[in-house]
Amino acid sequence: MSNIKQLEDFATQVRRDILRQVHAVNSGHPGGSLGCTEFLVALYQEIMNRKDGFDMDGIGEDVFYLSNGHISPVIYSVLARSGYFPVEELSTFRKLGTRLQGHPSTHDGLPGVRVASGSLGQGLSVALGTAQAKKLNNDDNLVYTLHGDGELQEGQIWEAAMYAAANKVDNLIATVDYNGQQIDGSTEDVCSLGNLKAKFEAFGWDVLEVKEGNNLEAIIAGLNEAKSKTGKGKPVCILLHTMMGNGVDFMMHTHAWHGKAPSDEQLATALSQNPETLGDY
Amino acid sequence: MKKYIDTGKKDTRSGFGAGLTELAKTNENVVALCADLIGSLKMEGFIEHSPERFFQTGIAEANMIGMAAGLTVGGKIPFAGTFANFATGRVYDQIRQSVAYSEKNVKICASHAGLTLGEDGATHQILEDIGLMKMLPGMVVINPCDFNQTKAATLAIAEYEGPVYLRFGRPKVANFTPENGEFVIGKAVMLSEGTDVTIVATGHCVWEALLAAEKLEAKGISAEVINIHTIKPLDEEAILKSIAKTGCIVTCEEHNYLGGLGESVARVLSLNNPTPQEYVATKDTFGESGTATELMAKYELDAPAIEKAAEKVLARKK
Repeated sequence: MSNIKQLEDFATQVRRDILRQVHAVNSGHPGGSLGCTEFLVALYQEIMNRKDGFDMDGIGEDVFYLSNGHISPVIYSVLARSGYFPVEELSTFRKLGTRLQGHPSTHDGLPGVRVASGSLGQGLSVALGTAQAKKLNNDDNLVYTLHGDGELQEGQIWEAAMYAAANKVDNLIATVDYNGQQIDGSTEDVCSLGNLKAKFEAFGWDVLEVKEGNNLEAIIAGLNEAKSKTGKGKPVCILLHTMMGNGVDFMMHTHAWHGKAPSDEQLATALSQNPETLGDY
Repeated sequence: MKKYIDTGKKDTRSGFGAGLTELAKTNENVVALCADLIGSLKMEGFIEHSPERFFQTGIAEANMIGMAAGLTVGGKIPFAGTFANFATGRVYDQIRQSVAYSEKNVKICASHAGLTLGEDGATHQILEDIGLMKMLPGMVVINPCDFNQTKAATLAIAEYEGPVYLRFGRPKVANFTPENGEFVIGKAVMLSEGTDVTIVATGHCVWEALLAAEKLEAKGISAEVINIHTIKPLDEEAILKSIAKTGCIVTCEEHNYLGGLGESVARVLSLNNPTPQEYVATKDTFGESGTATELMAKYELDAPAIEKAAEKVLARKK
């Protein structure tokens, strides 16, 4: 196991990457990206069983799907710094001809991405398909997903949730980025999710909550607990309570940075709060 | 003209079912999904042989398409079946993002396409699906004409790597193409050579085109009949070669004339060899309840309509 300091340094560098990618093209989604940084760092650096290199089939390893594709800056940074493609390529984010499209895609052959996402609500279904393929292949590895909480307003999520429980898809861990924010405001104001834990439980899922969703130790403990719940006849859901914009003081406690890039001055402030650790791209 | 024998009326969906059952036995990577329409899609044979490779999603087509995309990650070849209406319009965005843009090896198998679904009426009779699917980059669109050809197409698309839309229907129709015939994706089939007018048809309209050609022959008009089972990629060469000879064309499809085979043919003609064309297709309308035969007549998709269109286009020929 990496020590927590190493993972924290990794996460700090990822936050810098997110901010710099978004600033460079004056577009993209920093808020949710920053909020999910620790989760994705923990997942890729600590939790997932990953093969060297990348193949589309993902047989013999864990598979991750990012369903809320708009937080592409964080997955690009984590993938690059986990060895899937050169970190220098982060400088091409959202630029003409890039493999790092605004929302992740397979179209341009970016290693680490297995399905396009961006139009919300589709990733859980895709994950179910892969989870079922793993069972057919006698592949004991797991399938992970990440969803925005606002994304759960999409009906397809609940089609998939119903299927997963009804068919005992128990090699799947779906995590909800439970930050309570979406583009038009708080999820409570836009269209309340109600009691999310009770909803997933009523659908037949095993649900656990990680209250400190930006704390690496808490996340790792939660993911390990979730793993221990797999293989028991139920799909597993983690409600990950995160802070949108985490790690940049002026981006926290607001939904304003959902899809807005920082100015030059704001970038300098944000980067000063996240000093370089692994080296900028 | 060349004569074709109807060896006994059969539904094209049963051709799909027969092909899928054969794939259960011959290709261990093929998996099947259905959204509560197993009987309608004739998927029982596959399920009986390989229950572990079948996924019943319930009435949840969006989830079905997403799962199909996900099953390809792991090397599976998913055949996802439901009615054409629910296999396209209802799940367009899922197909667009998770299948087409993601270049997944998913076969979307759409039964009960067009008017011939019959009595259920317009809510279930999609006449826009060819257009929806052909506009997706990379999507292959196939509409075979009878039982034998639908079975052959089902087998052929399993061997093709990439997303495919396979469209077939509900009613029992003439079965006249060879049993275990070859099916080459994107390659039109010359059914009968002629010199005065080209008739290209897809799906259920192919047999109607042959019947029309017989009537035309009796009137001294030599019609060339071509089965365009693959609308995308379109066999442009076959069409251009034929119209170079005949100088006029009728396109026939159980689909709206906006967005269907006819428009694809018109594009080929306008770019290469502008030629008079008549459309046998529905005319920007929804369907309605009725028997398949009644509907094909009322919406002018049957042999008499094709015959009339051929005479009209002949008159326009310079």
